[in-house]
Amino acid sequence: MSVLIFVDQTENHIKKGAYEALTYGVQVAKQLGTTAEALVLGTVNDDLASLGKYGVTKVHQVANETLNHVDAQLYAKVIAEAVTASGANVVVFSHNQTGKAVAARVAARLKAGVVTGACALPDTSNGFVVRKTVFSGKAFANVSIHSAIKVISLNPNSYQTVAGEGTAEVVALNVAVDASKVKITAVNKVSGEVPLTEADIVVSGGRGLKGPENWGVLLDLAKELHAATACSRPVGDAHWRPHHEHVGQTGVQVAPNLYIALGISGAIQHLAGVNRSKVIVVINKDPEAPFFKAADYGIVGDLFEVVPKLTEEIRKMKASA
Amino acid sequence: MKILVCISKTPDTTSKIAFTDGNTKFDETGVQWIINPYDEWYSLVRAIELKEKDASVTIHLVTVGGPDCDPVIRKALALGGDEAIRVNADNTDSYFIAAQIAEVAKKGAYDLIFTGKEAIDYNGSSIGGMVAELVDAPYISLATLFELNGTTATITREIEGGEEVAEVSLPVVVSCQKGVAEQRIPNMRGIMAARTKPLQVVEPIAVEALTSVVSFELPPAKAGVKLVDADNVAELVRLLHEEAKAI
Ligand SMILES: Cc1cc2nc3c(=O)[nH]c(=O)nc-3n(C[C@H](O)[C@H](O)[C@H](O)COP(=O)(O)OP(=O)(O)OC[C@H]3O[C@@H](n4cnc5c(N)ncnc54)[C@H](O)[C@@H]3O)c2cc1C
Repeated sequence: MSVLIFVDQTENHIKKGAYEALTYGVQVAKQLGTTAEALVLGTVNDDLASLGKYGVTKVHQVANETLNHVDAQLYAKVIAEAVTASGANVVVFSHNQTGKAVAARVAARLKAGVVTGACALPDTSNGFVVRKTVFSGKAFANVSIHSAIKVISLNPNSYQTVAGEGTAEVVALNVAVDASKVKITAVNKVSGEVPLTEADIVVSGGRGLKGPENWGVLLDLAKELHAATACSRPVGDAHWRPHHEHVGQTGVQVAPNLYIALGISGAIQHLAGVNRSKVIVVINKDPEAPFFKAADYGIVGDLFEVVPKLTEEIRKMKASA
Repeated sequence: MKILVCISKTPDTTSKIAFTDGNTKFDETGVQWIINPYDEWYSLVRAIELKEKDASVTIHLVTVGGPDCDPVIRKALALGGDEAIRVNADNTDSYFIAAQIAEVAKKGAYDLIFTGKEAIDYNGSSIGGMVAELVDAPYISLATLFELNGTTATITREIEGGEEVAEVSLPVVVSCQKGVAEQRIPNMRGIMAARTKPLQVVEPIAVEALTSVVSFELPPAKAGVKLVDADNVAELVRLLHEEAKAI
């Protein structure tokens, strides 16, 4: 019995979300009175022994370069073997792009029940019940897993990372890796920008910005806050902004610490993608805009006047800090 | 060339989310049912586009659910599927559903299986990956573009902070999202034609559910918005820094 945490990498570095999954998995292990171990696929430049800081005793690595790209079919096979080899009965993923590709597939391979989009530690007082977000963040479901092996994928930004002291033993896991049937012909990373789903702060614009030529005020604010940028659906549809910035029920779902909405009315479908944000700030000239009902802080006013002032005040605050 | 499109029935995006029976069941009172937007706008429409380019393509739709799914399946047929299969079972655990779809998929020997990126009610993002595992095919998730050239698919998919382009030989399972296609509205001809398209009802295979929902909960209501005067932007910055500790 143990907990195995899948530690996700991109371009040979461990992803931020993986630390949340590690902290969570270690806590699950404590609750079950067992140990937590990590699994890393592919080659990484980070010091894996230092993952011990999060409480894992062992890091299994399959250092095969084929695994530097996510091929769900290969990953499922390798991860399932690692689960069997390590004797894990709980497997933890991050519910990010990789987790969405792989977690359920691993579960099917192991005939294990899975809860994706988990947002709290399991309740093990009577069985094994995991809370997840449903209806696009408008509700929670408490889901019982009946199988011997349990797979959980954790919503990003729903569990605070805690690091302490410690070193983990790094062990090479010998697993045969087939040739990938998926050929990656191009990788286009948006350079210099904060990835939307990993961002602590998101600044988002709606139709209230009137046109793509007006995005400067928003970008200045985002830059000052090291924030990722997002937009409402009509803005994406009109190609004012790239479609990967579209948040909402039918776009990307985000859960940053701070979501700042500029000129967005707050339609129910938009809220569905942002309602898990910890703090929501709304700037809108219409006091009746529905977004104010979902907000923590708000300013009723013209964004073209308010936002440059906001950027300036933040700059001042930072300078004096 | 045979395409299988997975269709799920979900509440309309404006539905009030409430629960009954001691918070164990979704309250369906007054709820309008729609095709899950990801299934309809992206996977189904892309399949239809492929058929428009190549008349030899056939599109089958599959759903797991009771007779109450039939109107939604007919709507999907009106958009352009050729025939539909409904596995007559309660739509519960994702492994159960995936096993039913995989069974249909194996029997039909499909070249391409499309799902939506997730269903907007359960937000599982699980069915595509599970089906792919059960039929032992590659799985490309979160596709934003899908092109077919003979038996090779070129698929752009979302990765952390960007996109990557993958090439894969059929058969393949793909989960679709925005970018893959544009939403369409069914026309009268389609709606008439859908009435006579075959909708086959099959009984489920025996599969044990691995999970079950114990209860639902609604999030606590927000405390209410703190409004700051537009002339006092510095106060907002102070609140965000000192009170919310968000910047
Ligand atoms: C099935 C379905 C799915 C959908 N999915 C999504 C989704 O995923 N994401 C999404 O965002 N939408 C989605 N929508 C669309 C949604 O219903 C709304 O139409 C959309 O969110 C509105 O975008 P908006 O707020 O940018 O524009 P609007 O509703 O036009 O709002 C613009 C706002 O800007 C304010 N404004 C104007 N000028 C200024 C100014 N100078 N200063 C300050 N404020 C100003 C206005 O007061 C207004 O509140 C979906 C709709 C459907 C039917």
